[in-house]
Amino acid sequence: MKKRCDVIRVKRAFGPAVEGEAVVSSEGFSPRYDLDRTNGVISKIGHALEGVQLKDKILFTPTAKGGVAAGWAFFDIKAKGFAPRALVFGRTNPVMVQGAVFANLTITEGWIPNALEAVASGDWVRVDPAKKTIEVLRRARR
Amino acid sequence: MLAGDCGEPVRRAIEHQIRVGEFWGARRFVEVTNVHLMGDIEVMGDAGLGFLDESCRGKARCIRPTTTNARCMDFGWCERFGQGVESVRKEREIIASLQRMEVATVDTCINYQTVYQPHLGEHVAWGDTGTVIYANSVFGARSNFEAGPAALAAALTGRTPAYGFHLDEHRRGTLLVELDAKLDDLADWGALGKIVGEPNQDYFAVPVFVGVTRAPVSDELKHLGASLASYGSMAMFHMPGVTPEARTPKAAFDGRRPRARRRVAGRDLERVYRGNRIEQGGTVVVFSGPQLSLWEMRSLAALFEGRRVHPSMRCFVTTSRQVLAEARRLGAAQALEAAGVGILEGICFYILERLSEIRRENGWVNLVSNSAKLVNTITAHRFNTILRRTAECVEIACSGKVK
Repeated sequence: MKKRCDVIRVKRAFGPAVEGEAVVSSEGFSPRYDLDRTNGVISKIGHALEGVQLKDKILFTPTAKGGVAAGWAFFDIKAKGFAPRALVFGRTNPVMVQGAVFANLTITEGWIPNALEAVASGDWVRVDPAKKTIEVLRRARR
Repeated sequence: MLAGDCGEPVRRAIEHQIRVGEFWGARRFVEVTNVHLMGDIEVMGDAGLGFLDESCRGKARCIRPTTTNARCMDFGWCERFGQGVESVRKEREIIASLQRMEVATVDTCINYQTVYQPHLGEHVAWGDTGTVIYANSVFGARSNFEAGPAALAAALTGRTPAYGFHLDEHRRGTLLVELDAKLDDLADWGALGKIVGEPNQDYFAVPVFVGVTRAPVSDELKHLGASLASYGSMAMFHMPGVTPEARTPKAAFDGRRPRARRRVAGRDLERVYRGNRIEQGGTVVVFSGPQLSLWEMRSLAALFEGRRVHPSMRCFVTTSRQVLAEARRLGAAQALEAAGVGILEGICFYILERLSEIRRENGWVNLVSNSAKLVNTITAHRFNTILRRTAECVEIACSGKVK
């Protein structure tokens, strides 16, 4: 069996170092299109994470979808107490970054190796923007 | 600014901009001439409202002409939509705060058709992704997606970090799209945006469209752009012969080879329409996202002439206050209302405050629209969305039969 990489390098990063449970999505993310902002659950019908609660999770997602809502939305859901701890994107857009910076929410872009292959939902990970690394601290039981 | 000499709101604004700029590797700022801002209670929540209030008390003032995007309430409809007294109070508070900061609360997502048209090379800081892609592509102006707090920061500092679409290097084409399809309806242009945007989701992807056989009108480019931005997170496209920044495909790619290419034929459009499933249950037909121009209002009024929205259906149009005033003066608004179409002003449908509850209370399962953007952006509220051409939407609304 191929050994899974425990340290992922990211290209860009902002925010405090955080640890948390990974939620890995094969689909892009937008708080406008996908998230019920009254409870922090992915509500879009048919989304790869439909029904999943993002509160305190570390969200891994390949892309950012359009929509400027993230600018205020991350600040809003953080104040309501159900923001994820970090957003880890393959490719992101300025809206996600502006929103994360405004909410002081950890955000990263780019990954080597591909985090969608190196990390699975349930893994316990640490995102360190200063070092530009994501470390898998504990693998989920499968 | 950073030292706080211009007040706390400006200090906070420039600090935010520096952090965002650092993330993207910006080396400098660019001055902006115009700002377009999203800010309403649905997206801001109490935390955003508090931030705005604090900024106001800190005597924040816009130093650039600043306008607001479509918002979440038409006060004339609040009661019918069950938008409560408390939410209305908060929304009015946001509007008052923005006005104190000298924001022009025009509440439109079609500012580029009705309020301000930046010229080639002009740097602006616009929010609402549809406004940004139109500015970059059709005007050749320069803007990134500027979300609410970022746009407000630009309004207070008069500048924005120079990254992304402010720089020549990101404005080159990356993806060649060869059109071999007739695009007769606004929904076709939106469907094209979905076909190109969805599989290529990347802010820095810039499609170059070739094979356009006639001059598209502003509303068609509006639906294409809004859809590309929505499905693809894209902020710019070239259409040599139509858009101003590159006269030829070669110039659009700046002599480089496209990273990818694809051909879009009529059958690709049909596949988009066929891909929508129809669920059992109530249906609402909506023309919105972006708000309708005067020309869209008039052509829709003509399609509804002599017809009535079926009793089992609800049908809405959203437009800007400016357009509605003219549409009323010219009779198009009255014609739509006579057909039973509800006209909402200053809002966009998918932004409506308590939309999930409104959907449930009305028993709406399906949402039919000619806007590819709308059928994508509204999905968090658990609508089953169906894209149809404009005349088909009217037929569905009046016959009561979804097909």
